[in-house]
Amino acid sequence: MSSTGTPAGQLSRTVEHPDAAPLGRDELAAVVARDIPRGSYVNLGIGQPTLVADHLTADQGVTLHTENGMLGMGPAAVGDQVDPELINAGKVPVTELPGAAYFHHADSFAMMRGGHLDVCVLGAFQVSARGDLANWHTGAPGAIPAVGGAMDLATGAKQVFVVMTLFARDGSAKLVPECTYPLTGLACVRRVFTDLGAFDVGPHGVVVRETWGTTVEGLRERLPVPLLRLEDL
Amino acid sequence: MRVCASADEAVADVQDGSTVLIGGFGTAGMPYVLIEALLRRGAKDLTVVNNNAGNGTTGLAALLAAGQVRKVVCSFPRQSDSFVFDELYRAGEVELEVVPQGNLAERLRAAGAGIGAFYTPTGAGTLLAEGKEHRTIDGREFVLELPIRGDVALIAAHRADGVGNLVYRKTARNFGPVMATAATTTIVQVSELVPTGAIDPETVVTPGIFVDRVVVTGAPGTPGSTEERRA
Repeated sequence: MSSTGTPAGQLSRTVEHPDAAPLGRDELAAVVARDIPRGSYVNLGIGQPTLVADHLTADQGVTLHTENGMLGMGPAAVGDQVDPELINAGKVPVTELPGAAYFHHADSFAMMRGGHLDVCVLGAFQVSARGDLANWHTGAPGAIPAVGGAMDLATGAKQVFVVMTLFARDGSAKLVPECTYPLTGLACVRRVFTDLGAFDVGPHGVVVRETWGTTVEGLRERLPVPLLRLEDL
Repeated sequence: MRVCASADEAVADVQDGSTVLIGGFGTAGMPYVLIEALLRRGAKDLTVVNNNAGNGTTGLAALLAAGQVRKVVCSFPRQSDSFVFDELYRAGEVELEVVPQGNLAERLRAAGAGIGAFYTPTGAGTLLAEGKEHRTIDGREFVLELPIRGDVALIAAHRADGVGNLVYRKTARNFGPVMATAATTTIVQVSELVPTGAIDPETVVTPGIFVDRVVVTGAPGTPGSTEERRA
């Protein structure tokens, strides 16, 4: 059944938590989980996005999709549950929940492209102010390009959430005016969750929803993009 | 549909230069027994279509290591245990065409369904659509993608009956049903062969019309341990 929920996390004003610590990986995953609408069909990307599953509550009624061909994916398999023919997109053995369904790849990607998947959560190298996503290829010499389902998810899911650190290891901002890495999708990202703040991106530019360990002013000093507050809209 | 006595018999006429569709996502649904037979057959200059580019040293990785593969068409070559492909690619000894995973599935589906080409939004405006025709439909950007047809498909299924109807098991289904439709000759390794009529017609996933040869291999066959398969 299609989701009937309304988007969670509907803030009317930007919330700043300057005295809080920047969010750790699990805290960040919990914040993402909170914003996933009730009753959604959701695909969680490999890596940090996978942690979001641990924070979804039973009454959220979320159904997890894994692009290798399953809806109703359960937690990682342990011990005797491990079955080499039951894996997720990260090729990790998983379990099935009651109501699960298996399907082939063309159907699985029709679910994305056809607009049936409500939310996907992806990692990113860079997100632009208008919501362009770069997360599949650094373009570095010698790097072997590998895209998997990233472009299909970015283009197809009704809402694309990104979870990432706000700054790269070299200190450069990952929320940028224009992506410098090769694009995964154009103007596809709706919301970006980072250790220091959560942001909406799109035609209006970057809107700060929430900050942790800093303020909107603090972020303005460090980011190369103009920042709006929710109350500015 | 013909039941072959051995995997070697099933792949005996695979020619040099063939395009071979190989099912499986990682190791789930990988037709190991058929790939090993193809290795013994020694057909070379192959174009291999698979989601990945081999894991560890078995299956597709072994085929690559033997120098039988000229080109790999896949969505995700780079994995923690794709070292065989990585070395060949960096040495310039194998060509690579990276295709978004859903486009890969749909291009195979199109081939099997007799579709000449299709417009998809996936990849439009990106590096992977460079040089391809773009078209705006209802205000949205699409890219034209062509079918991928195989000379041979090698896939794994759970069970076949005497006319080649197939059912799969869990996420090992993945590319099997679309690849089965997209090749001139579809060869399937199955865990078990049951009498015709023993599969409920309502549960058939791949109808026998798409299947040319079946080899019975017993439970999921792999030369590696469970640990190796999990990668």
